[in-house]
Amino acid sequence: MSMASNAERSEALEWFDIAGVDDIIPGTGAPARLGDKQIAVFRDKTNIYAIDNLDPFSDANVLSRGLLADMKGRICVASPVYKQHFCLKTGECLEDATVNVRAYPVTLRDERILVGIAE
Amino acid sequence: MSKQRLLVIGNGMVGQRFLEELVAKTQAYDITVIGEEIRPAYDRVQLSAWFSGTTVEELTLCDENFFHDNGITFLTGTKAVSINRTAKIVKTDTGMELCYDTLVLATGSYPFVPPIPGNDKAHCHVYRTIEDLEAIQASASSSQSGVVVGGGLLGLEAAKALKDSGLVTHVVEFAPQLMAVQLDDIGGALLREKIEALDVRVHTGKATQNIGTGTTARYRLNFEEGDLETDMIVFSAGIRPRDELARSSGLSIGERGGVIIDDHCKTSDDSIYAIGEVALWQGKIYGLVAPGYEMARNLASTLTDEAKTFSGADMSTKLKLLGVEVGSIGDAHARSEGSRICSISDASRGVYKKLVISNDGKKLLGAVLVGDTGDYDSLLQYSLNDIDLPEEPISLISPQSGDKPVLGVDALPATAQICSCNNVSKGDICASIAAGCTTMGAIKTETRASSTCGGCTTLVKQVLDAELKSQGIEVNNDICEHFSYTRQGLYHLVRMHGIRSFEELLERFGSGNGCEICKPAVGSILASCWNDFILDPKHVGLQDTNDNFLANLQKDGSYSVVPRIPGGEIGPEMLAVLADVAIKYDLYTKITGGQRIDLFGARVDQLPAIWKDLTDAGFESGHAYGKSLRTVKSCVGSSWCRFGVQDSVSMAIYVEKRYRGLRSPHKIKMAVSGCTRECAEAQSKDVGVIATEKGWNLYVCGNGGMRPRHAELFASDLDDETLIKYIDRILMFYVRTADRLQRTSVWRDNMEGGLEYLQDVVINDSLGIGEELETEMQGIIDTYECEWKRTINDPAALKRFEPFLNDDTPDGDIVYVRERGQKRPARAEEKQQLKVKEIA
Ligand code: SRM
Ligand SMILES: Cc1cc2nc3c(=O)[nH]c(=O)nc-3n(C[C@H](O)[C@H](O)[C@H](O)COP(=O)(O)OP(=O)(O)OC[C@H]3O[C@@H](n4cnc5c(N)ncnc54)[C@H](O)[C@@H]3O)c2cc1C
Ligand code: SF4
Ligand code: FES
Repeated sequence: MSMASNAERSEALEWFDIAGVDDIIPGTGAPARLGDKQIAVFRDKTNIYAIDNLDPFSDANVLSRGLLADMKGRICVASPVYKQHFCLKTGECLEDATVNVRAYPVTLRDERILVGIAE
Repeated sequence: MSKQRLLVIGNGMVGQRFLEELVAKTQAYDITVIGEEIRPAYDRVQLSAWFSGTTVEELTLCDENFFHDNGITFLTGTKAVSINRTAKIVKTDTGMELCYDTLVLATGSYPFVPPIPGNDKAHCHVYRTIEDLEAIQASASSSQSGVVVGGGLLGLEAAKALKDSGLVTHVVEFAPQLMAVQLDDIGGALLREKIEALDVRVHTGKATQNIGTGTTARYRLNFEEGDLETDMIVFSAGIRPRDELARSSGLSIGERGGVIIDDHCKTSDDSIYAIGEVALWQGKIYGLVAPGYEMARNLASTLTDEAKTFSGADMSTKLKLLGVEVGSIGDAHARSEGSRICSISDASRGVYKKLVISNDGKKLLGAVLVGDTGDYDSLLQYSLNDIDLPEEPISLISPQSGDKPVLGVDALPATAQICSCNNVSKGDICASIAAGCTTMGAIKTETRASSTCGGCTTLVKQVLDAELKSQGIEVNNDICEHFSYTRQGLYHLVRMHGIRSFEELLERFGSGNGCEICKPAVGSILASCWNDFILDPKHVGLQDTNDNFLANLQKDGSYSVVPRIPGGEIGPEMLAVLADVAIKYDLYTKITGGQRIDLFGARVDQLPAIWKDLTDAGFESGHAYGKSLRTVKSCVGSSWCRFGVQDSVSMAIYVEKRYRGLRSPHKIKMAVSGCTRECAEAQSKDVGVIATEKGWNLYVCGNGGMRPRHAELFASDLDDETLIKYIDRILMFYVRTADRLQRTSVWRDNMEGGLEYLQDVVINDSLGIGEELETEMQGIIDTYECEWKRTINDPAALKRFEPFLNDDTPDGDIVYVRERGQKRPARAEEKQQLKVKEIA
């Protein structure tokens, strides 16, 4: 992916205020609504991440309830149903790259979590 | 050309092995087998395990289709009564006449009963077949005391069986010492001392004159001097070959019995062979199975025109008799010319070890070990493979472990025999590893190593590990990439260093940030040790989703609710509460396999309200979600049942309340039955309790599920207090030492020393940790609180059950349809249809 397209995308993002940082206990995730979508928002020691909440393997809205896992340095969530790992930065599924989920950009403003979505 | 007719008489251990070896090589024979026993061959070596609950099916050596699949005609319960060698016909007691081209005698041996007047009384037994054991058990149930006549290997095994049946047990031996064949006098004396310490009374140098009627017991054994009263007798005074068929048909027989065979197992008749304990080779009858297997292998080769010969077999043995370790290798009595002896004996530890060394001091000819057989494997390798001894041979058996020259498996030649029962060499094992067998199970199936007496298991494992290592495959028992420790190791770190959080453990002993393997494992360890609230913010990120929401995740993302119903006892008012809650929240209800009621289909956000209703009515969490105590199944017991001998329901409720909430390596299931009919199926549980007239029998390490395993009898006739004490200790020892997600059954199967070791730790407190374990358990019991009650009253914890961070409307993707009057998750296509309808 080229820098240009990246920049293009970030320009077209709409940011949603989801919750306060302290609404999520470090080391866990929580679900949120983003329009008619569900997303899973995670907090580790230093960062906040957001990916789809829908687990493509079980077709249930559960990824926010998975355990955070450090897979050789990649921060992932393990699906609570059948335990596949999804990278929190890219949404990539470590076990099967054909079933990735979406990852969403996150920023913090005044201790609030903002998640971006392309318009 | 029609097939050659091969007739085999006897389907014991060796006869069966011969069949297996033969059909694996050739289909050229039309095979018929005559077996006197009513069942196919079973593992006689493990016969005593029958007393501790191993079933006949488990002891059986072949699967039921073996004969059919290999086109073998098998006549069970049929005895051969004569051989007509000229006509080549064998007659049976059922009146059949069977023709043969080739005949194999595999008739084994029979227990010798000394010709003592009175030896045929009702409660006199021998110890060789399943039927013998059944008869012994029946006698024991109406006896207080028992005598074993014969202090050899088998006699001591029989003594253990009597002792375990709760009888006052005596061993009467004609020779001046125990196990005279395998041990020297010092070893025999030490063994005696140890066995007597276990309250088995030993009488050596006693010849029984006759068996008369007793005054305080059923019978009286009269010796030349003195007498002994007893309710029952087991004769174990040696074995005699069953050579009667061979005798009556005129085959050559040894002076003291046994069918004489040559190096090809052929008898004096060219068409007849003999193998196993009936065969006499170079004046020797082998009373062990390994030489028999060797003969079976050789005969199978001979009959397929491969030139293999039998050249004798090793008679070394290592066993545990009545809990005492005993080993005997080669020339234990130092009969070889010019042999020299060096020995150590440590009275305080009860250990005696002796080496018999060749004249030039270079080779090991034999050894005797009593009280500690730790050195057996390596000594056997020195002796079997003619390995040169170190400068100071005594260092091989000296207790200072530091300077002991280790004979690593690397040092063994490829020809070294690792499994003597099945004649498997190191080379065979390495070949199977090269062919892809990288687990003990695979090697066992492929090579048969360690599948008989199990004595070589450690050695096989060492060869496996060493071989994998040399191939660059690391043998790694680490729990995951973040901790280079096993679960047991982590448990000790947490306890010893008083560690209270995952972060602290990771910082001090781990690396990275943890994963879904180590987090729940550590979460469980922390809970086992300190019993903190698992939804405390510092622990909540460690819990699997089930623990995390104190409920079981279902396929559609909803949860199930399982309140505790201790012992399965529930009154109508409480049933009504469950009914009300199920109706109020529209939950699917089902009786579980664990004697309680499961309510399915609750959304995360409904859980707190549901549990508020339940806890208000007096229900508690059932921990169906946790690696912790699940249910204690009960039967109605003596309160209602006409057969019940104890109040099993009260005991089950007591036990369930005592251990509820205990976090452990895996889930724990228990049951209490009110009598031996066992309606609560306690023998399939991790902890099973069965009422007896005198108290409770405790069974441990059973499992249903994927690999069912019968629980084993751990202790009998316990009073309430001892029962609970033992369970406390067993559970806490399990919590301390098991691997992650290891049920007690697997834990037990992997335990070196097996059940006896566990009994030693728990009953005899051999590790000196008994009280510690009890105190730790008491700590858990004292700090128990219902997790749901706590959660409902904790606003911070409740926050996590809200449907969304930014919205209070529940998840609309969870869709139900109705079936048999209740709801169930809609299938994908049903969901689709429902959506279409909605839009329309
Ligand atoms: C609900 C129930 C089936 C039922 O409708 O009856 C059930 C349901 C589940 N069982 Fe079970 N088992 C249930 C009784 C049993 C029994 C029978 C018993 O306990 O008497 C067994 C065999 C006995 C045993 O465990 O030794 C049993 C052997 C298993 C196993 C295999 C364990 C093993 O060692 O092989 C698993 C898988 C595991 O734990 O890894 C399992 C796992 C499960 C899980 C947790 C699977 C999962 O991860 O979703 C199921 C979810 C429970 C839930 O949602 O509430 N369940 N499960 C039973 C709940 C009993 C209770 O009241 O707590
Ligand atoms: C309690 C016990 C513990 C033992 N422990 C060990 C041990 O730890 N290590 C070890 O190496 N060995 C041990 N042994 C010895 C081992 O079991 C024997 O060496 C082995 O079973 C011999 O095999 P076999 O086939 O020659 O004889 P068996 O297994 O006795 O089989 C012979 C079969 O032939 C049948 N038969 C006999 N005559 C006839 C006939 N006329 N017609 C039809 N069928 C007939 C018999 O009924 C029997 O089923 C133990 C034995 C016992 C009893
Ligand atoms: S186990 Fe015994 S007491 Fe319990 S129900 Fe069965 S027969 Fe009755
Ligand atoms: S030595 Fe008996 S099974 Fe290997």
